[in-house]
Amino acid sequence: MAEVRLQHVSKAFGNQAALHDVTMTIPDGSFVVLLGPTGAGKTTLLRMVSGLDKPDTGEVWIGGQSMRDLTPAQRNVAMVFQQYSLYPHLTVRENMEFPLKSPLLRTPKAEIARKVAEVAEILQISHKLDNKATALSGGEMQRVSIGRALVRNPAVYLMDEPLSSLDAKLRADLRVELKRIQANSGATLLYVTHDQVEAMTMATQVGVLSEGRLVQFGTPREIYEQPVSIDAASRLGQPRINIVPADLFGTAPIGAIQMGLRPEQIKQGEGQDSLVKRVEHLGDQTRLHLSFRSHDLITVTSAHTPLRAGDIVKIEPDRPFYFNAAGTRIT
Amino acid sequence: MAEIVIKNLRKEFGAFTAVQGSSFTIADGEFFMLLGPSGCGKTTTLRMIAGLELPTSGEIFINGEEVSQKPASQRDIAFVFQMFALYPHMNVRKNISYPLISQGMPKAQVKAKVQEVAAILGIEGLLDRPVGNLSGGDRQRVALGRAIVRNPACFLMDEPLGALDAEFREHMAEELRALHDRMHATTVYVTHDQLEAMQMGDKIVVMNHGVVEQFGKPQDIYDWPATTFVANFIGSPPMNFLRFDGMVGNGATSAELSGQPIEILRLINGASGALILGVRPENIRLDDAAGTKGRILATEYLGTTQIVTLDTAHGPVKARVDAKMNVRIGDTTGLRLDARSITIFNPEGRALLSVANQRVLSHG
Repeated sequence: MAEVRLQHVSKAFGNQAALHDVTMTIPDGSFVVLLGPTGAGKTTLLRMVSGLDKPDTGEVWIGGQSMRDLTPAQRNVAMVFQQYSLYPHLTVRENMEFPLKSPLLRTPKAEIARKVAEVAEILQISHKLDNKATALSGGEMQRVSIGRALVRNPAVYLMDEPLSSLDAKLRADLRVELKRIQANSGATLLYVTHDQVEAMTMATQVGVLSEGRLVQFGTPREIYEQPVSIDAASRLGQPRINIVPADLFGTAPIGAIQMGLRPEQIKQGEGQDSLVKRVEHLGDQTRLHLSFRSHDLITVTSAHTPLRAGDIVKIEPDRPFYFNAAGTRIT
Repeated sequence: MAEIVIKNLRKEFGAFTAVQGSSFTIADGEFFMLLGPSGCGKTTTLRMIAGLELPTSGEIFINGEEVSQKPASQRDIAFVFQMFALYPHMNVRKNISYPLISQGMPKAQVKAKVQEVAAILGIEGLLDRPVGNLSGGDRQRVALGRAIVRNPACFLMDEPLGALDAEFREHMAEELRALHDRMHATTVYVTHDQLEAMQMGDKIVVMNHGVVEQFGKPQDIYDWPATTFVANFIGSPPMNFLRFDGMVGNGATSAELSGQPIEILRLINGASGALILGVRPENIRLDDAAGTKGRILATEYLGTTQIVTLDTAHGPVKARVDAKMNVRIGDTTGLRLDARSITIFNPEGRALLSVANQRVLSHG
C-alpha cells in the first residue's frame, strides 16, 4: 500500500485544458473519491496516476517513487473501469485468477483458489464461478471485473465509476462491501464517481474537481458543512443546496452576492411567508417546493407533514453560507 | 383527458406469463407510476395500454370505452420512449409540427399550436435551430413537445429518463412533473427507480413477476407495504426485517422477539411460524436503555442524516439517525422501535392487518 502524490499536474487535449495545476496527496490507506460534473477532469486525473496518460507538466509519485517514466504495468496499480473488459473465452474463475497467474507473482495454487473464492463471496458471484464470462448479465460482468482487481494486492486501486451500471440494491450492498474491504486491508483507493451518495458514504476524503481544478479536498463532513465555494457546496446534498440572492431575506454581509441554503439551513415556522408549490413524499422525508419572492426553494420536512400545495409556510435562513461574486465562500 | 381502467389484464408469451391478471384504475389527470424490477411486467402492461401488444385476456377501458383489441392509432394516446428520438434532418419547429401535419391540420393552426407548445416548454427561441446541435435537455424538451402538441388524452412514458446521468435526471424529473401540473394530462410512467416513482407519482403500482403487489399513494405504500417484496423494493435503505419464530394472536399489541416484547399497534389478524417484524430505518432510535441490543458495525454519513448498521440477534439492522449524533463503531447500544410504524409479515411474506395499516390495505 502506498501514498499517492500529484504535484502541479496539468494536462491539455489540443487547446482544451483538462487538468490545471493539480496538487494533492492521497494518504496511504485512504479512500479518496473524486467528485465533479462531466468534464471536470476526474477521469483524466485517474489516468495520470495509472499511467494511461502522461501529464504535460507536473509529476505523479506513488509510494515516494516518481512515476515519470513508468508504464502502467510497472506502476503496480489495479484498475476498474466503468466499461467492464473480460476475457470472453475464459470462465469467471479464470478471469479472476488471471492477474494472480502472472509469472512475476508466482502465487501458489492454493492461495489463488482461496483468494478467488473469498472475493467471489464478497461480490455475490460464487455460484457463477464456472460460467463463461459471456454468459453473465452486465451487472455480473462488472462484479467480475471488480473482482479481478480485488484479488491483487497493488500499491493503489484506481476505480472509475465501477458501480454505475449496477442496480440500486446491489450498488448499496457493494458500497458497504468496498468500504469494508478497503478499511480492513488498509489499501489506498482512488475512486471516481458522479454519485454523491457513494462519495459521502465511502470516502475518507473527497476531492472536488471543477473545470480541471481541485477546488476542495477534505472529509465528506467538511465539504458538506464547510464548503469553500458554490461549486463545492453544490456537489453534496440531496436535495441540492438552494442558491439565491444574498439579500433575499433582508440585509446581507458586505461583499455577499449569493446565499446558499441547505434544507437544514431553512428554519420553518418562523420568519416570512412562502408558498408551498408542491409536496413530494419520499417516504422517510417529504420535500417541500417553495416559492419565496418569486424564487424557488426546496427544503425537507417530516414524512407525515400536513402541508399541501397552496399552503403558506413561514421560513427563515439559519446560519446560511454567503458567497462573493466569484462564487467563493465569505462566511 | 382520460380515466383508464385495467381489469384482469393478462399477457402470455408462449409458456411465459408476463402479466397475470392485473387490475387497477388510473384516475383522470393522475401521474401514475408502474414500478418494479426488470422483467416484472410493467413495460408489457404499458404496451398493452398503448395498443402495441394485445392482451391474452382482460379489459382496458379508456374513458369508459373498451379498447383492448383496438390498434394503437385509434386510442388517442402519445407514447414517449427514451426521449432522444428526433428527426435529425429537421429543425425544431418541423420536428414538433410533424404529428400535426401528418394529421392534415391547416398550416396556420399548426403554427399557432407549435408556438403554444414551445412556450409551455420554454423553447420558443430554438424553433428554427437544427436539432443536431441542441443540448441533451433541449432535445428532450423537443421530443416532449412532439408528444404534447397532439393534445392526446393520455401520455405513456417508458423510462424516459433512464439514459440520463443522476444530476440531470433529477432536473428533468422536476421539469416533467411541473409540466404535468400545468397540463393535467393523465400520464402513465414506467420506471424501475423507486425514488423516481415516489418523487413524481400521485399513485404507484408495484409489480413483481407479473403480479400487482400493491397499488396506492406513494407515502401509503412506503409506510404500509402489503408484502415483504414492496417493503424491500421501496425505500433506501429498505425496510429492516427482524426475523423471529413465534406467534402473534388476533388483537395482539406486542410481539416477542427472543423473549423481548416489542410494542406494536393492535393486530386484527394473528399468525404463527417464521414471522418477520418490519421497521423502516428512520423509525429506530438508538437508546442505551432499550431492551433490544445491537453492536454498531458501520456508519454512513449522508449530510443531514447518517445510516448506522447494527448487528443484532435478528440479523443486521440499519437505523437512520441525525448526522450530528456521535456514533462509535464497536459500541453496543439499544434499539427503540416506533410502535406506530411496525408491520408484521406472515410466513408467506404478506402483511398482517392491524389498526395501523387497515386503512391502506383493506381497500385492495
